[in-house]
Amino acid sequence: MRTPLFLVICLAVAALVFAGAVAVGNDYVFFAGYVILQYVVLSTAWNILGGYCGYVNFGSAAFFALGAYSTVAIYKLIGANDLPHIVPMPVLMLVGGVVSGIVGFGMGYLTLRLRGAFFAIATLALAVVLQTLIVNWDFVGGSRGAYILRPEEVPLIGSYIKYLFLVMLLLAVASLVIARLIERSRLGYGFATIRDDELAAEASGVPTLKLKLIATTISGALMGMAGAPFPYYIGYLQPSSTFGLDYAVNSIAMPLIGGTTSWVGPLIGTILLGSLQQIATVTISSAVNLLLVGVILVAFVIVAPNGIIGIVHTYWQRKPDDFVGRRRVETDAPGSVP
Amino acid sequence: MIFSFDLLINAVVSGILIGGFYAAVTSGVSLSFGILDIVNIAHPAFIILGSYVAYIVNATLGIDPILTAIVTAPAFYVLGAGIYQIYYVSFEKRGQESLRGLAFFFGLLFITEVSLVLYFGVDYRYVEAPYIGPTWHLGVVGMPLRMLVPCVVSLLLIACLQLVLTRTFIGRAIMAVAQDQLALRLMAIDPIRIKRIAFGISIATASLAGAFLIIIQPVEPSVGREYIGRVFAICVLGGMGSLPGAVIAAMLIGIVESLTSTFYGPSWAPAVSFGFLLLTLAVRPAGLLGR
Repeated sequence: MRTPLFLVICLAVAALVFAGAVAVGNDYVFFAGYVILQYVVLSTAWNILGGYCGYVNFGSAAFFALGAYSTVAIYKLIGANDLPHIVPMPVLMLVGGVVSGIVGFGMGYLTLRLRGAFFAIATLALAVVLQTLIVNWDFVGGSRGAYILRPEEVPLIGSYIKYLFLVMLLLAVASLVIARLIERSRLGYGFATIRDDELAAEASGVPTLKLKLIATTISGALMGMAGAPFPYYIGYLQPSSTFGLDYAVNSIAMPLIGGTTSWVGPLIGTILLGSLQQIATVTISSAVNLLLVGVILVAFVIVAPNGIIGIVHTYWQRKPDDFVGRRRVETDAPGSVP
Repeated sequence: MIFSFDLLINAVVSGILIGGFYAAVTSGVSLSFGILDIVNIAHPAFIILGSYVAYIVNATLGIDPILTAIVTAPAFYVLGAGIYQIYYVSFEKRGQESLRGLAFFFGLLFITEVSLVLYFGVDYRYVEAPYIGPTWHLGVVGMPLRMLVPCVVSLLLIACLQLVLTRTFIGRAIMAVAQDQLALRLMAIDPIRIKRIAFGISIATASLAGAFLIIIQPVEPSVGREYIGRVFAICVLGGMGSLPGAVIAAMLIGIVESLTSTFYGPSWAPAVSFGFLLLTLAVRPAGLLGR
């Protein structure tokens, strides 16, 4: 499928989703839907680095929070309560994306020369360094947090949460299109070589460092863009919750559950896990919903290492000719440790 | 000037004491991450588990937390061996340890933490022991016993570990498994068994480190997160898999953190170890005493 056609289909689906949400006629749908859409962006962004390149980023929360705090900084700088009228939300998102993208680039530059595990630990470290900086930066509220007043109405659309939902929906579409575009371009093949064997890729002339820097920058920027509208959603931004590990664990769990090799994986994972969490939060408690994510994540990486996509894939491949399917599985299982 | 000199000495001493505790926390990660190459980011969660075990026994039976930790260490060993078995079968054997193995431990971290929150709530828990409270004074230097005791026991623990690693057959096999598995097989040793033992020992140290933690400060389930980066920072700074290096790095980070919180305020302290980590990774990835 050509990318323009894919874009049109995505937009059509997005329009359907929006129309459906409006048809329900309850603002809660927008509040719950916004969180799920935000995770679509986060998990797709995580997957660009984690799934395509094989570099695990534990610092998703940091990039997300950077986006959120750049909005707060602009809010405080202009000092106007009707900031969205002066600076439109897309511009705020762009600023958040640029800030997070730069930090992503910097972090990649510092750590990507090292093996994968070090990169993962360095991202964790980065999250804490940034959190400490924000906690000590009184201008954006410090550890006390910052209040953001949400405007009541937006012309043409209605309530502000509806507007936020729409903006996030478009960002989700954009990130899916970007992910799919990367997957099918030279860039995507380059990423795959890094994931499968970085040394061999390097030896065959793939500019691995450059590609990894591109991946960290795009991934960071998308996460920052997802974070930029967050202060307006939540109303009260506080470092310990904005840098919370639940963003990190969700943006890892969702792609891994869905499947990491394709853009569909994070989407499926997010819709499943995100809806489940919304239901669990409402019916049981928010602590239980985190436990649920942990258990599902562990179960999936052990039982279905390639996620839901992997399950569907093996099912499809086995059906036409069972014998070939079985042979394939047998050769896949390595007999010995080198 | 005299006053600030006192402050400096006290900050350095308390940094060394807390460094001793950090060394105990890191020893387990030095084994699993440094030697076995298993990125166990759930290690701090097991430490918190150790704290809670010490707390329960102390609250119900009134037994000393360190004694409890020594008694329950074998149970932690079994837990660790079990986890390694799952890890080996699901990830190492399939060659998927990098991405999914990390996610596995991240999930374990979450499960442990949230289970503790659900069961005990987020209240701070503490233990009672005769050495919590009094302080020894040597001139101007004050040494709280609740810091001194964990520091001394932790250094003892690391000395024992180092002796085991360098003097016993199993210990040497553990060191060898990191370097050449094939050579180990040729000596008729099963590398998987050695790794299982080593990972078990690594989790067993978490039992003791947990007891130290709850002696030093009250504990609630999410405290462990603060230690994730710190522990790996110390491990990398000291040089992967080097216990003496870990002790030096732990003391160093302890002193710098203590100086930072004394002179700049405690809210800046967490960034120190992470700054160190990023710096080490960028400048000298092999660490201080790296192989």
